[in-house]
Amino acid sequence: MKTILYFFIGILFGITLFKSEAASWFRIYEMFQFKSFHMYGIIGSALCFGIIITQSIKRTKIKSFFGQPLVIKDKEKSVKSNLYGGVFFGLGWALVGACPGPIFVLLGAGYFPILVLLFFATLGTYVYGKIKDRLPH
Amino acid sequence: MNWIFEPWPWYIGGPLIALVMLLLLLSEKKFGMSSNLRTICAALGAGKSTPFFDYNWKDQQWNLVVITGALVGGFIAANYMSNQAIVTLHPDVVSQLHGMGIQDAGKAYMPEKLFGDTSWTDGKVLSILALGGFLVGFGARYAGGCTSGHAISGLSNLQLPSAIAVVGFFVGGIIMNHFLIQFLL
Repeated sequence: MKTILYFFIGILFGITLFKSEAASWFRIYEMFQFKSFHMYGIIGSALCFGIIITQSIKRTKIKSFFGQPLVIKDKEKSVKSNLYGGVFFGLGWALVGACPGPIFVLLGAGYFPILVLLFFATLGTYVYGKIKDRLPH
Repeated sequence: MNWIFEPWPWYIGGPLIALVMLLLLLSEKKFGMSSNLRTICAALGAGKSTPFFDYNWKDQQWNLVVITGALVGGFIAANYMSNQAIVTLHPDVVSQLHGMGIQDAGKAYMPEKLFGDTSWTDGKVLSILALGGFLVGFGARYAGGCTSGHAISGLSNLQLPSAIAVVGFFVGGIIMNHFLIQFLL
């Protein structure tokens, strides 16, 4: 049952990313050129609702679908890794226009060269895991 | 119902992304897509030689289901919910991209030059996809998350690490977009 729920959440996410054009390379290029409000509108409005949702969950005793109390974990803090990792990510995002979510959406939409991206994104994750102890954190 | 087949405006897309996060939180999960790349490494056996991938990846199978759903969602949206998927861009961006050899700017959803059938036999394009993919995968894990995990989930939870990561995303993105990409494409 839960698997079906996650699957449908994923479908909603995929349709949303494709139809709102957040998965388009062109939109990401335009965003970094600051020539359109579109992507800032998507991220900004998601964030506005996201803040209301997250802060409401933290301040009330709302239960999960399965009747359990909800816990939202804090992100691990390490200024160097967040910043350096973020810069690496941004360089890649602006070049190929796809972050991990859209990679899968675009694969489904039939842009098969995205498989190259998926392979190397997985490889990049692997290399990070291999050398993480030697990187500044 | 025609609006379904048109591109969706930001004020539909953004709130729906927040809804996806809400549904995942109510399912006792979190909204973060790059973790799946780590899970794939772990599932392929990377944990045998690397402690970072040595964990019970089966606990993360739910997220692989989400990302599989996203793939199916992309298929449905592209094939059954779009008349012509064309991204309308700012005219300045269109002429700029024409100048960089991307002729279908303003007439397509994705640039044919990078994501068309010819990409497979174009060494330069393959290198771009490989480099960009590597940076996305490496950077997301180094930063502890990507656009969904940091820019949406983390900032919604008012997390300073996420704010720092998002600053990093834009520093890297602006450097690539304004100073490097014209030499790479």
